[in-house]
This record gives sequence, C-alpha cells and structure tokens, in this order.
Amino acid sequence: MSKKRKRNSILAYGAIYLCSALSVVLLAGIILYVFVKGLGTVNWSFLTSVTSVLRGTVGIAGNIVNTLIIIFLTMLIATPIGVGSAIYLNEYAKPGRLVTLIEYATETLSGIPSIIFGLFGSIFFGEVLGLGFSLLTGSLTLILMVLPLITRNTQEALKTVPMTYRSGAIGLGSGKWHMIRTILIPSAMPGIITGVILAIGRIVGESAALLFTAGSAKLLPKTMGQLLAKPLQSGGTLTIQMYLSATSEGDFKTAFGIAVVLLIIVLLINLGTKALTKHFDVSRKD
Amino acid sequence: MNKKKIVENTAKLIFFISAALAIFAVCAITVYMFIKGTPALKEVGVFNLLLDGKWMPTAQNPSYGIFYIILASVVGTLSSVVIGVPIGLLTAVFLSEIAEKRMGSIVRGAVELLAAIPSVIYGLIGMMVLNPWMYKLEKAIFSGDSDHRFTGGANLLAAIIVLAIMILPTVISVSTSSLKAVPDHLRSASLALGATKIQTIFKVVIPAAKSGILTGIVLGIGRALGEAMAINMVAGGAVNIPLPFNSVRTLTTQIVSEMGYAQGLHRQVLFTVGLVLYIFIMIVNFILLKARKKGETAG
Repeated sequence: MSKKRKRNSILAYGAIYLCSALSVVLLAGIILYVFVKGLGTVNWSFLTSVTSVLRGTVGIAGNIVNTLIIIFLTMLIATPIGVGSAIYLNEYAKPGRLVTLIEYATETLSGIPSIIFGLFGSIFFGEVLGLGFSLLTGSLTLILMVLPLITRNTQEALKTVPMTYRSGAIGLGSGKWHMIRTILIPSAMPGIITGVILAIGRIVGESAALLFTAGSAKLLPKTMGQLLAKPLQSGGTLTIQMYLSATSEGDFKTAFGIAVVLLIIVLLINLGTKALTKHFDVSRKD
Repeated sequence: MNKKKIVENTAKLIFFISAALAIFAVCAITVYMFIKGTPALKEVGVFNLLLDGKWMPTAQNPSYGIFYIILASVVGTLSSVVIGVPIGLLTAVFLSEIAEKRMGSIVRGAVELLAAIPSVIYGLIGMMVLNPWMYKLEKAIFSGDSDHRFTGGANLLAAIIVLAIMILPTVISVSTSSLKAVPDHLRSASLALGATKIQTIFKVVIPAAKSGILTGIVLGIGRALGEAMAINMVAGGAVNIPLPFNSVRTLTTQIVSEMGYAQGLHRQVLFTVGLVLYIFIMIVNFILLKARKKGETAG
C-alpha cells in the first residue's frame, strides 16, 4: 500500500512539473522561433517604407500608421465611456435591477468573440451608417470590444479608493462631480492607465474584428491632408497584414518580420502593466 | 446654486449614458445577428441548412448544408478542452500549491505572456511547425490508403492542438485563483489526518475549488469556440466530416475565409453561420452567469 502510494505520488509530481514546464517551454519556443525566422527581415527600411513592386521595397510603414490611427481613435472614444461607466456603477448607482443589467451586459460583451464584433461592425457601422471599409468603422467596432476591459479596471481601482476620501471631500462642501474630478479620478489613475494599456494590447493583437471592418489597404499618407482623411479610408493593421502575408500573399518573410514587431510590442506592454501595478497598487494581495 | 445643480445632473446623466451603452451594444448586436442570420434559414429551409452536410455554395445547383461546420466547431472545441484542461489544472496546482516564489513567478509570467500573444502568431507558427509534422504523420498513417484525400497537414488535429494551447492561459489563471481561495484549514486538517500532500491536493483542495475550476473550463470553451484567425490558418480550407486528419471548416473560419467574396444567398448563409456561433456563445455566457451567481451566494 505504502509503496503504491509513493509511486502515485512521484507520478503526480512528475505530471505537475511537466505541465507547468510546458507553458514556459512553449513561450520560449514561440519567441525563439519567431525571432530566428524574422529578425533578419526587420531593419530600418522595413519599418519606414511601404511594400511596392515598382520601387522594389518591402515595408510595413503604412500598416504601422494604420495601427496607430486605430489605437488613437478607439482609445479617444472608449476611455471616457469606459471610465464614465465605471464611475456610474461605482459611485452613483444604487444596487438594483438596472445595475445588475448593466453588469450582465458588460460581462456578456467581454465574452463575445471578435469575429462576431467584426460581423456586427461591418453591418452596423459599415453598411447601416455607411462608413464602409474604413479605419473609423474598425475603431468603432473595437470600442465595443475594449469597453469592458477599461470599465472593469477602473471599477477595481475605484473600489480601492478609501471611503474617507469621498466623505472628506463631500464634508468640505465639494459637489459630487467636483469630488469625482479632483479626488477619485486622480486616485484611480493607475488603474485607468492599466486598463488603457491592456486595451491597446488587445487592439494591437486583434485581427478577426478588423478584417471586415477596416480592410487591408497599406498606403502611407504623405501629406497632412491625407493623414486627416485616412480614418475614412480602408487600412490594414499589422496583424491583418501579417495574416494576409502568411496566407493569400504567401510572403513568409514579411509575416515573420511583422511577428517580431508584434511580439516586441506585446512584451513591452506586459512589462509596462507589470511595472504600473507594482508601482502603484500596494493593496493588491497577489 | 442652481448652476451647480445643473452641472451635477449633467455629469450624472453622462455617466449613466456611458454605462447604459453596454446594454445598448449587446441589444444591437443581438438584433442585427438575428436580422441578418434568419433570412437564409427561411430561404434554404431549416433542415436543409442546419442538418445537411453538403456545402457547395458556388455550384450550379448550390447546396448550403452547414452541419459538418457546426460539428467541426463542437468537436474541435471539446477536444481542445479535453487536452487543455488537465494540463492547465495541473499547472494551476503547481502555481497555487507547490511552487516557491521564484519558480512560480517564472511560470506565471510565461502564462501571462502566452495570453497576450496575438492569435495570428499562433496561426503562423502552427502553419510553419505543426502542419509539416501533421503531414509527415498523415503520410505515415495513410500511405496505402487511396480513399484518403491528403491535406498537406492542414487538418482538425492541428486546429485542436493550437486551440488547446490558446485556452491554457484562461484555464490556468481562473483555476489558480480558485485553488488559492480554498481556506488553509482544509489543507491542514487533511495533512493532520495523515494524508500526503498529493492526496490533499487531489482529494481535498481540487474538490473544494470545483466551481471555480468549472468556470475556467466554461471560459475556455467560449474562447475556443470564438477563436477564428489562428485555426483558419492551420485547419485547412474544405468543409469535411470532422475527423482528425481531414481539412475542416469551423463556424468561425467559414466566416473568415468566405465573407470576403460571398454574394447573395451564400452571403446570407454565412450570416446564419454567425448566428449559430452567436447562439452557442450566448449559451456559454448564460452558463457562466449562472455559475458566478451560484458562486456568489455560496461564498
């Protein structure tokens, strides 16, 4: 009996260590593989030029600009709405049917896969509102997708702001809006920023929601006017270009080059959020 | 004084509208998925569409059966969960019960990064590494079989492996936090009764964390059902019975690969495919909500 028990124990430990090592090995394998295959492609001209058969250049500058525009537009709208929603849920709403409904809706929204967002975005923003394939259609679609992320992080941060801050401000004669603006939002700032960074990470990695909304054009705007008109035109982000390079275009060099760029962005975002939570969030137990 | 009141009320109204937007979004998505997804059901017929396996949308005499597509999604998702959950759960056990600080933070960091890697990168690596392996395996298994249509390695099995890897972070992080939430006195009691650490983990801690682990599994199912780009790159491009070495299309990959050019009824059917996926996801969400509610009242 005891011998069998010991053997089982060793087997169990073996399985546990093996499975845990798998995640580390997978990650290391993915990073190594992508860098070995793609690092040779990434150089200054790859990052700053546009792929053109005429000039014989291969580059992703247009896709980088498209990605930045989409991040900017999406966060410009999603951040105030997400923060506002969290403030309403945490500071104004009294527990009841409506709050439960809003929380259910936020939860549901975060469970909807990106391909469904893509379909909805292409119908609603693209067809019904007539925005067609454009960076704006893509951004409006992504707003719905990242909203839960920002709301949830802001809510978490608001919950850690001590009640005494609120009663102190109100007691000194401040109105509620004034209290929110001058006390709550600054105190919750690290949480808000974490949410924003995570949302940016989500946008950078997103592809299925953008394929039928933002399209795949890769031209680089040359003048200020062209840049300002860009949101109403089609444009492929880095992930979309990578998908097309690896599938229909069969250009694996470019695909791996973009993969390197994407991995570096993901690593930076991960480090950034880690540093932020470590620096600000003393109350978190984990 | 009056002005202050107006400002206060305006602020409150704006915050309320921001919050209500989530409800509006969910309603709008649901309404449009149904509006766009139901016409084809009428046109093709519910039975011919959902329970027929013949998918030939561009043929002379087109046929729009999506049964194998639905089946491939279900089989792919469940198989990936069967592979991914045990691995994820054992990793969670390591993180919560066994790892000392340094090892734990390395594994935890790796899991976080795996969650953050864009799905197209998983797809790319699947194409370049997994598919050639699958092709070798395929050649070895079906070498004398003239009935088998060779796929070059882009098959259901590759999709299942990619999905299993992609759901790992979700399963691990949810299971780890529920294992950590198990109170220490249960562990001490079990150890004091003479159980080994392993027995304590498998007979006491995991059963106590059951509902949280189930939540992780359901979340994993949702993630696997909805994943599109990565499996589109590794699963091949033909509608087939979901057998391990067949090229398959799932609900998501069917939309990704044909929405770009589909016209007329073909396009409408693709929206029905989207509707079927949406209904699956809503069922998963509903189970999650129920599980959460139960967890709240129990805890």
